[in-house]
Amino acid sequence: MEATSTRTEMIPERRAPDMRRGAMGWLRANLFNTPLNGAVTLVTAALLAWLLWPALQWAVFQADWLGDSREACSGEGACWVFISARFESLVYGFYPAAERWRVDLVFLLMAALVAWLAIPRLPAKRWVGLFALVGFPVVAFFLLVGGSFGLEHVPTRDWGGLMLTLTIATVGIVGSLPIGVVLALGRRSQMPLVRGFCVVFIEFWRGVPLITVLFMASVMLPLFVPTQVEFDKLLRALVGIMLFWSAYMAEVVRGGLQAIPGGQEEAAKALGMGYWQRMALIVLPQALKLVIPGIVNTFIALFKDTSLVLIIGLFDLLAIIRAGLTDSDWLGFATEGYVFAALVFWVFCFSMSRYSQYIERRLHTGHRN
Amino acid sequence: MLRSSSRERGPLWRDPTFRALLVQGILLLALGAFIAMVVSNTLANLEARGITTGFGFLQERAGFSIPQTLIEYSGDSTYARTFVVGLLNTLLVSAMGIVAATLIGFAVGIARLSPNWLLARLASAYVEIFRNIPLLVQILFWYFAVLQALPSPRNSHSLFEAIFLNVRGVVLPDPQALPGFAATPWALLVAVVATWWLVRFARRRQAETGRPLPVFKLGALLLVGLPLATFLATGMPLEWSIPALKGFNFQGGVTILPELMALWLALSIYTASFIAEIVRSGIQSVPQGQVEAAKALSLPAGIILRKVVIPQAMRVIVPQLTSQHLNLIKNSSLATAIGYPDLVAVFSGTALNQTGQAIEIVAMTMAVYLLINLVVSALMNLYNARTLLKER
Repeated sequence: MEATSTRTEMIPERRAPDMRRGAMGWLRANLFNTPLNGAVTLVTAALLAWLLWPALQWAVFQADWLGDSREACSGEGACWVFISARFESLVYGFYPAAERWRVDLVFLLMAALVAWLAIPRLPAKRWVGLFALVGFPVVAFFLLVGGSFGLEHVPTRDWGGLMLTLTIATVGIVGSLPIGVVLALGRRSQMPLVRGFCVVFIEFWRGVPLITVLFMASVMLPLFVPTQVEFDKLLRALVGIMLFWSAYMAEVVRGGLQAIPGGQEEAAKALGMGYWQRMALIVLPQALKLVIPGIVNTFIALFKDTSLVLIIGLFDLLAIIRAGLTDSDWLGFATEGYVFAALVFWVFCFSMSRYSQYIERRLHTGHRN
Repeated sequence: MLRSSSRERGPLWRDPTFRALLVQGILLLALGAFIAMVVSNTLANLEARGITTGFGFLQERAGFSIPQTLIEYSGDSTYARTFVVGLLNTLLVSAMGIVAATLIGFAVGIARLSPNWLLARLASAYVEIFRNIPLLVQILFWYFAVLQALPSPRNSHSLFEAIFLNVRGVVLPDPQALPGFAATPWALLVAVVATWWLVRFARRRQAETGRPLPVFKLGALLLVGLPLATFLATGMPLEWSIPALKGFNFQGGVTILPELMALWLALSIYTASFIAEIVRSGIQSVPQGQVEAAKALSLPAGIILRKVVIPQAMRVIVPQLTSQHLNLIKNSSLATAIGYPDLVAVFSGTALNQTGQAIEIVAMTMAVYLLINLVVSALMNLYNARTLLKER
């Protein structure tokens, strides 16, 4: 029998396969694998160079870094003297210079607490967390406001800069998280009145812009309380921010509650636990752990939106920069000012979002594709 | 019945029904007391300040001018008119922002999934930079650092001597309709209706006979061709008013305010960074097996994209996209920081300062945003119900 399918001549030699390793191989695989991709790479690189090089020139190479007055600015690149000359007020606002150690102390305490809570290996998370939520605000309040324990009273109108930004953000998160948890539980309640109240409350705050809430807090809240009660401007803004973000927090927590299987609660019921026991010991610990990334994301949004208080006349970091721009000695430094503000906010928000992604990966131990 | 009769009844406060009633009663009482307190305080405060409540102020003369009005408005107009002008300005910047943010967002989101390493990295850098900077900082940056640094009208940057960019905004040629132009929009309307009918006809035909129609090509031909043919047939009844420098400012053309430009840029760029993430996760949510199965059926790549990947990705993308659009509308209220005359700036700002009617004005402003939110959410629920995964 003749094997008709048998090849009788040699297959022509093929070209050696492309180098797959080393720098050239990587370039070939990721940037120039097809002619189209090569063209895309070149165009993108050109765009990057066109954008990045002048920006770097302006911000770093031709910039003026040293000095303490406008004379130090050569005008070729950015003049960061504008920032360094008013660095103190950017951090402390109008807080009296002799009392600034109090702010530093609160900053240090906060940094230590955040670090302790953020690093998974450190022990006693529950007690440190409890202190951060309950003890720390009290300590910070007495330190910052003063008026007792022999500390001089510093009215909130002297607060400003990064210190005010961090204060608003911290009070916002510490206040809105518990309210949000209660609202989320209320929204899942069997009682129609409780559920209805929570739904209306949440949907109302989620439906309006924060600006109108701040306007409401600054012009309407004083009308709501008896005439003789003096309502601090910062406190009014804080109330508005807390109510507004508690609605968003409630929706995040509700997502966590929905993810807990019903069997957990039924099992707790079978053990004879009451509602609050079931929630506090069984459901909430699991649900809150699930939504830590969501809570951090809400906190990032809250942190970014603290800048809105400048519209109702509080002097947060952004407002201090804006005020500095109208200083007649320093006209024309808008770019430096806003780039610096953007950088500060960006560093905070970016590190928080990275942390949230890290936690998500740590908690996500199941199937991954 | 049997159970409850055989069981010894516990004390009343352990009865769940009674406890639910008690809790709700307390909530109702507390709420009632709170509202009563707020109302009585407010009335007392208003009386002390000599402010009369009610919406009568809406019919009064506003007496201030607004730099950008889409409808006729002057200082003699009423506060009600101010409200409408502000609302229209809000809707204008929102609509412009939604279109731009969606386009940029889709482009960046798809670029993040590109096999090209550099392009994908550039797209993620875009997302990480812009979504982590507060919108307000971005608005102020575009307005004060970029647009206010542009040259005066005399030294404008110009493009083809028709478009001018200067510190007072962008001046564009303004199309002026001549008599006979009205036929073109009508032709467009006819084309839209015809395309809609064509899509339905093609779908039915394919269901019955299995033969597809080139709907996309035919539809595009209809939508572009018909209005264009009408426009040419009526003798191109359109005249361009080209801006020209007269003295210190431009005459003719239409000017886009720098406030609108700054707000539009910042809103689109900021929201696009969120939309890009949504688009990326939406496309990634389509299981690889779907594409492989379609390939196994030897469907061409274009059909796989259009009929398999996009419909499933859209189910994930659209609800989140809508909530980003709603965020954009709400965020447009930051206009007040740079003085773009939106609803919050002219109504909750100027009108409130002039009249002192804080409660009515803040309530009306909030009601507008709430209404937009509720309507869009209701539409979204409808969409969700329609595109819900149908398990067979």
